[in-house]
Amino acid sequence: MTNETPTDLCHAAALVRAGELSSVALTTRCLDRIAARNDALRAFITVMADQALADARRADAEIGEGRYRGALHGIPVSIKDLVDVAGTPTTSGSAVTPRYPLHDATVVRNLRRAGAVIVGKTNLHEFAYGTTSDETAFGAVRHPLDLSRSPGGSSGGAAVSIVEGMALGALGTDTGGSIRIPAAACGIVGLKPTYGEVSCDQVVPLSATLDHVGPLARTVRDCAVLFLGMRDGEIAAGAGAQIRGTAWLGVPRRYFFDKLDDDLREMFDRAQSTLENAGHSIGTVDIPLAERAPDVYLHIGLPESAWYHAPMLAAEADNYSPGVRRRIELGGYVLAEDYLRAMHAREVLRRAVDRALEGLDALLLPTLPIGAPRIGDSTVNIAGGEEPIRAMMLRLTQLFDITGHPAIAIPCGAGHDGLPRSLQLVGHRGGTERLLDVAAAVEAQITGGSGSVGGGVG
Amino acid sequence: MTVDAWLTSACADAERRGIPELKPLLESLARAMQALRDSDDAFGHPAARSQNDPEPTA
Repeated sequence: MTNETPTDLCHAAALVRAGELSSVALTTRCLDRIAARNDALRAFITVMADQALADARRADAEIGEGRYRGALHGIPVSIKDLVDVAGTPTTSGSAVTPRYPLHDATVVRNLRRAGAVIVGKTNLHEFAYGTTSDETAFGAVRHPLDLSRSPGGSSGGAAVSIVEGMALGALGTDTGGSIRIPAAACGIVGLKPTYGEVSCDQVVPLSATLDHVGPLARTVRDCAVLFLGMRDGEIAAGAGAQIRGTAWLGVPRRYFFDKLDDDLREMFDRAQSTLENAGHSIGTVDIPLAERAPDVYLHIGLPESAWYHAPMLAAEADNYSPGVRRRIELGGYVLAEDYLRAMHAREVLRRAVDRALEGLDALLLPTLPIGAPRIGDSTVNIAGGEEPIRAMMLRLTQLFDITGHPAIAIPCGAGHDGLPRSLQLVGHRGGTERLLDVAAAVEAQITGGSGSVGGGVG
Repeated sequence: MTVDAWLTSACADAERRGIPELKPLLESLARAMQALRDSDDAFGHPAARSQNDPEPTA
């Protein structure tokens, strides 16, 4: 056995497979990290220590008997508490009466079939209805680098669980950016697969036609392994992201670069130069009507969430956080005509992104226009104007929830404030695995494949 | 229903239900609604004037 601390999921998997590190030892380390830091960070709502250690012992026994199931076997993973795990309450981060599921969600069942060890359920923005993870009945999730700041959301606890080594992989959900935003704010990788690719069964919906399930982890390769486990329940030997040479990338300058902080703009330009110097071909593309994405998003997301929450709101409105309750109540006022107008616009936007991707491997753009915001702030000064934080945080990600294209956030360094910044790659619908290959190539140039960035502007 | 009529009606309803704090959110939604409706031509609404053949042919 080794005393080596694995740097990421794939490193840990190699040690576990080789018999140099047991799942019990790995899981114990994660549980120790949760015990040491969770009071300050509020990353977990439910810790499943006993069951996790029992599952880890079973994994060690199976691996010892030569029944290795693949790169997730014996690996500690966290689950956003919006997703059913049998025998634990699904709180959705709310004081509203939780669900008590008897069965695992399909995606959880897939992860278990691939051998993952579930260490617990992570904290989130209540019902995934926000980007800052501070409206939750279980205490605001705190950014590991600065406790006064938000780690982003809504999958804030999931991101913190990775940064802090409380888990090696995390399951999140993304309706307007809720995987990519916290990944960007915390300096890790987050993947939103193509719409419908990973099951949303027994996942509390925010907006059923916008909801996606996907992974957060330290590296693109880690996310690829988690994605395959979530989708298929098995990971073939050698499967995962592969660097396959240089890529053709398109940068959608209009709209997406109108409001960025100066650090991010500088870091994006530097990353683009690095990629071009490495042989990647990068041009400028346009996505017509992208600037209408926030209006389209509102008219789809608001009524869909109002519909789902109507019975619970009628029964226990006072148990919702005031801000989340107001957004849900607002959704009840959207007219059917405008919902259908937005659904029509959605098809047009989908084709526009398809056209922008023609002849390219992926789009390249920033993920989050700002660094992690301070908890409690409602506006941010950017590009010479005061802007609402919620709108700013969704600005660069929500279009691809509307259109269903796969998208991945990759860290690209830290700003003068010491906080991470992030690039986003967007791939073809149905091409999530190809996107992961491209992302692995980009990550290798920007971070050296380590998932962390040495340089920055700070 | 026009956006103005919708906003008046929605604000009155929110007031009646005891949730006047919704008013600024409704005003914000009204702006988004107007912007979305104003984009009908750009999004190719199937009945928008620009989608119709101005010179019907036999």
